[in-house]
Amino acid sequence: MDVYTLLKIVWAGLLCVLLIGLGLFVGMDMGVGTLLRFVGKTDGERRAALNMIGPHWDGNQVWFILGGGAIFAAFPTLYATSFSVFYVVMILLLFSMILRPVAFEYRSKATASAWRESWDWAFLISGFLPMFVYGAAFGNVLEGVGFHFDWMGQYYQDSSFWSYLINPFAILCGLMSVALSIFQGGVMLMMRGEDPVYTRAKKCAQWGAIIAAVLFIIGGVWVRALSGFVLDSGDPGMPSNPMTGQHVTREVGAWMHNYAVHPILWIFPLIGVVSMFVGAALVAKDSPHVAWWFGALSWIGTIGAVGASMFPFFMPSTTNPDQSMTIWNSCSSEYTLICMLIVALIFVPIILWYTSWCYYLMGGKVKAPAITDSHNY
Amino acid sequence: MEQLINSTVVDLSRFQFALTALYHFMFVPLTLGLTFFLAAVETAYVVTGKQIYKEMTLFWGKLFGINFAIGVATGLTMEFEFGTNWSMYSHFFGDMFGTPLAIEGLMAFFMESTFVGIMFFGWDRLSKHAHLAVTYLVALGSNLSALWILVANGAMNVPEGGHFDPVTVRLVFDDIVALIFNPDAQAKFVHTTTAGFVTGAMFVMGISAFYLLRREHRHFAACSFRMAAVFGICSVLAVITLGDVLGRLDYEKQPTKLAAMEGIWHTTNSASAPWLIAALPNDATQENSFEIGIPYILDPIVAHSFTTPIIGMHELETAAGPRIESGIAAVTALRHYEQTHQQADLDQFKAHEKDLGYGFLAIPHAPNQDVTAIAPDQMANVVQQTEPDILPNVFVTFWAFRIMVFLGLWFFFLFAIGAYVALKNKLDQNKWLLTLTMWSIPLPFVAAEFGWITAEAGRQPWTVFGYLPTFISSSTHTVGYMVFSLIGFALLYTTFIAAELYLMFKFARLGPQPHDHNGTTDAAHASVAAAH
Repeated sequence: MDVYTLLKIVWAGLLCVLLIGLGLFVGMDMGVGTLLRFVGKTDGERRAALNMIGPHWDGNQVWFILGGGAIFAAFPTLYATSFSVFYVVMILLLFSMILRPVAFEYRSKATASAWRESWDWAFLISGFLPMFVYGAAFGNVLEGVGFHFDWMGQYYQDSSFWSYLINPFAILCGLMSVALSIFQGGVMLMMRGEDPVYTRAKKCAQWGAIIAAVLFIIGGVWVRALSGFVLDSGDPGMPSNPMTGQHVTREVGAWMHNYAVHPILWIFPLIGVVSMFVGAALVAKDSPHVAWWFGALSWIGTIGAVGASMFPFFMPSTTNPDQSMTIWNSCSSEYTLICMLIVALIFVPIILWYTSWCYYLMGGKVKAPAITDSHNY
Repeated sequence: MEQLINSTVVDLSRFQFALTALYHFMFVPLTLGLTFFLAAVETAYVVTGKQIYKEMTLFWGKLFGINFAIGVATGLTMEFEFGTNWSMYSHFFGDMFGTPLAIEGLMAFFMESTFVGIMFFGWDRLSKHAHLAVTYLVALGSNLSALWILVANGAMNVPEGGHFDPVTVRLVFDDIVALIFNPDAQAKFVHTTTAGFVTGAMFVMGISAFYLLRREHRHFAACSFRMAAVFGICSVLAVITLGDVLGRLDYEKQPTKLAAMEGIWHTTNSASAPWLIAALPNDATQENSFEIGIPYILDPIVAHSFTTPIIGMHELETAAGPRIESGIAAVTALRHYEQTHQQADLDQFKAHEKDLGYGFLAIPHAPNQDVTAIAPDQMANVVQQTEPDILPNVFVTFWAFRIMVFLGLWFFFLFAIGAYVALKNKLDQNKWLLTLTMWSIPLPFVAAEFGWITAEAGRQPWTVFGYLPTFISSSTHTVGYMVFSLIGFALLYTTFIAAELYLMFKFARLGPQPHDHNGTTDAAHASVAAAH
């Protein structure tokens, strides 16, 4: 295997890690946002819930920014095309993501109940919608997307955005992702909250995990029946040009090929389903700290399962399958991938080190702050 | 190209990007400036142990937090929009452009975002020194963030560190050192961050002036005013110096931008050429319909000499003619090469490669918008029609630049007098100065916005200067998509600014509270009630 191919695979792997980190950490905060109105009945309870993720949400959100940045730097053509093709949902996702930081910072800085109520709704929308879109995007990509390129690499859209929005499989994937975020968010609230927030969060977390597991199993069966894509010819070391150079066919059940060839890959869906059920059981037994780790495993299993099934495809095209975007043809140059790898190897350990220090520093149970205290959320 | 992107979509995409970028940049300069101001004040607290400095840190920190939230939130929009609205740009330039953006995330943004939480929440859990270190990390993070963003922006304006690759039909990255040490990026970094310091200084000075005028929190306000004025005068000197460096760089690397900034239509050939104080550049007739200037200072200001002619826009247009023709040959050869993969086509392309962008520029003027099908007898006509397209909108560039410069000089004047009066302890006797300072709070924001307009409107018609014209850079959306997103941005951003201003005014009016930290609810509550 030549160096370029290896770099492409490494970066696809890193992208997977970022997507898992995003689902886990951003999803956890989103889950808290979605649950806010349900676990907190009084203003004090809601503030307590917000302050549990208060010191960390900003750092967690960077997973999302890094995910975007890594796609831009390592897979620019994928970034350009996928963000544009999914314009309407991407813009809705973006609106949610920019609403959230402002909601955090502003909600408790004024005391009027209408002010705080409005921001609480903002939390609900900006927690639910991004996670739904995140999951639905996976669903759409698994089904294939209608687009093609011209000779310069400009994309053209071949299907209406309604087909991505009103799409039963994508909706299922979206709901599954929301359910996982509710599980993770609920567990977080249990870890740092006291009654009555604790009891309400426990119920939500339990249902979140069970629903996620059920939807994951249904989705898995559904994928077998989908018309998948097969890369017939296309050199992994090819220059990154999605316009020409590969041949792709469509075939029902093609997304299961990788599993048939490498049965070891079944470990991903297995980890996913088992962790969700174990997570639900641990929540029932009041062990949120252990359950959190099973939430992490659920994300690893879920994203791993999708990746294992689609490899090496990123975003297959239904209208011109030969121009499907794969790991091989939508990435950066070898030089860029090397540069970015060096930068990542230096900074990721540093980031992990200070992020865990911050969690350690700010750990412990959180009580409701005084109503006019404007230093807390 | 299958077809040229609908020009309404391109215009709306530009409008949306400009709107969201300028909006984002209303919050960035204050973040850049206040972080270092906070670090300085907190250092004073740690060194002297005086409670007033802690009060200052907490109070200005609260206003910083209100501002920081929207800055972070609207920054996300910028990262998204390259993908959602500028697909061809991101595909064509992403190999080079994505790298500094991703490094920004890894090196800077993660750091400032993680530590800003600790800065607000960690007072009780950290020692004084550890908290100070955290504050410095936030300041360092936000300024490093600016560095990498400006490295990315520098690459758009002066693309260095990459080359065009005909196999993948895009610019590929080949030299990270050239990318980082791009002189345009480095000068812009210092110019922009120090402009942020000016904004922060004016903000602190202005609000302090407000308290002094109302005779409230006098010790606190005088102390803040003094520190801000000294911080401000140092910063504004750096802004002006680096602004001068940038002007000279534009003269070398982006002569169209420089000529538009200065409103120079015809090459100057005598030392007496005037620097225009005011003019009415007319983009249609390509002349200034009115101008007043100061003779003899143009050449020294722009080129630091008395003998160098400044090339005018008419001459730049004429000089572009041969490049446009060569560029058309480059696009034609590249198009053939993509179909045939013949070495002959590649060689033909290589001969004209450096003018590729000028060939793209001719697309709207070619028959059927196909530059590969221009008949020899049409060529002169197409080239002639394309020539004026190399210029930015002169009126906008000229006036954006002037507003920025005049405001910069005003800040210099105000900080100098402010520092002098504050250090002489005569603030109370100079009400006029306090009033002027208070009303000057919004001006650095205005100057920063016009700075961006100068830099980016002056970059037109390119997104990647000399390589990729703006009109082929955008995504192939429908007008409906753009209307949808623009309405959304308008609603959301208007809500944000209303909420932000409400909170800023509320907390600024309220002023610093004794032991302004974690609770002391009764006192805080009483003053909230009093304020209403």
